[in-house]
Amino acid sequence: MIVLNGARRADTPSLAVLLDELGLGLAARGVAVAVDGEVVPRSEWAGLTLSDGSRVEVVDAIQGG
Amino acid sequence: MPSREAEPGVDGLEIAGRRLSSRLLLGTGGFASLELLAAAIEASGTAIVTVALRRIDPAARGSLVDVLDAAGVDVLPNTAGCHTARDAVLTARLAREAFTTDWVKLEVIGDDRTLLPDAVELLAAAEELVDDGFVVLPYTNDDPILARRLEDVGCAAVMPLGSPIGSGMGICNPYNISLIVDRAGVPVILDAGIGTASDAALAIELGCDGVLCASAISRARDPAAMARAIALAVEAGWLARTAGRIERRTHAIASTTDAGRVDALRSPTDAGRVEV
Repeated sequence: MIVLNGARRADTPSLAVLLDELGLGLAARGVAVAVDGEVVPRSEWAGLTLSDGSRVEVVDAIQGG
Repeated sequence: MPSREAEPGVDGLEIAGRRLSSRLLLGTGGFASLELLAAAIEASGTAIVTVALRRIDPAARGSLVDVLDAAGVDVLPNTAGCHTARDAVLTARLAREAFTTDWVKLEVIGDDRTLLPDAVELLAAAEELVDDGFVVLPYTNDDPILARRLEDVGCAAVMPLGSPIGSGMGICNPYNISLIVDRAGVPVILDAGIGTASDAALAIELGCDGVLCASAISRARDPAAMARAIALAVEAGWLARTAGRIERRTHAIASTTDAGRVDALRSPTDAGRVEV
């Protein structure tokens, strides 16, 4: 089980699989990832495995003040 | 006639050693379309625009980053919507990774009704981010003491509000803005509350080094026209400030000399006034 952007899901995929499901390549611009409150540098995206209970945040740019 | 371009500083704002070609910073929030945003960026002449970060919505991924690239402007990520130092610090770190910039417009909001900064959380977040190597531009209350404390912890600028975000009330306490400017050793950017061009001119005349403006432009009926108006107001304010305004006085002072004035008195007893 992991929590992706606040929503629980039953499985525990790798980060690369999650990003692929979101339509994001490893080179997606303007995107950042945090796991359990720590930013994951882009260079570590490809090899990152998640553990049960991981809280994953995937963010990108929107218009804002 | 002297060249305007020769006036030092009219078109240059330096923050943390980086020179921006315009004193107007543009917020990208509130534009109804990316086309309107692009037109406003061009009309504003701005060099840097703010963006926010949110959890990704794959169905709604737009081309904001491409539009900003095409416009040739730098990105200033913000921490809009954060209510705690902890959230703001994480958001800033995500932004640094997403945009490969260590500049951040730090916002830590106290409540959703006023959107006023939470001074305690803001200062804590600013200190942590400065220690982490960020160039921190905090959106702050129009409080001279808080502005000084933010500068003391190493912020690269201070960005006091004129009035609450999106309110368009202009500068509610120009006296406080003047106090902040008087004491500041870093650039002061008037952020939030601008409603129209004259508010931006006033900010610069009060001594601010720049103006950050979003809603006044993005929610105007014609955003590009308002962007141009506010850009001109920033320039006008700068020119007026450097031109040295006259002192305020409570009595009139004639600009025309009395010498040589005509005298139409008809007799020594005639006061010259109309009889009623």
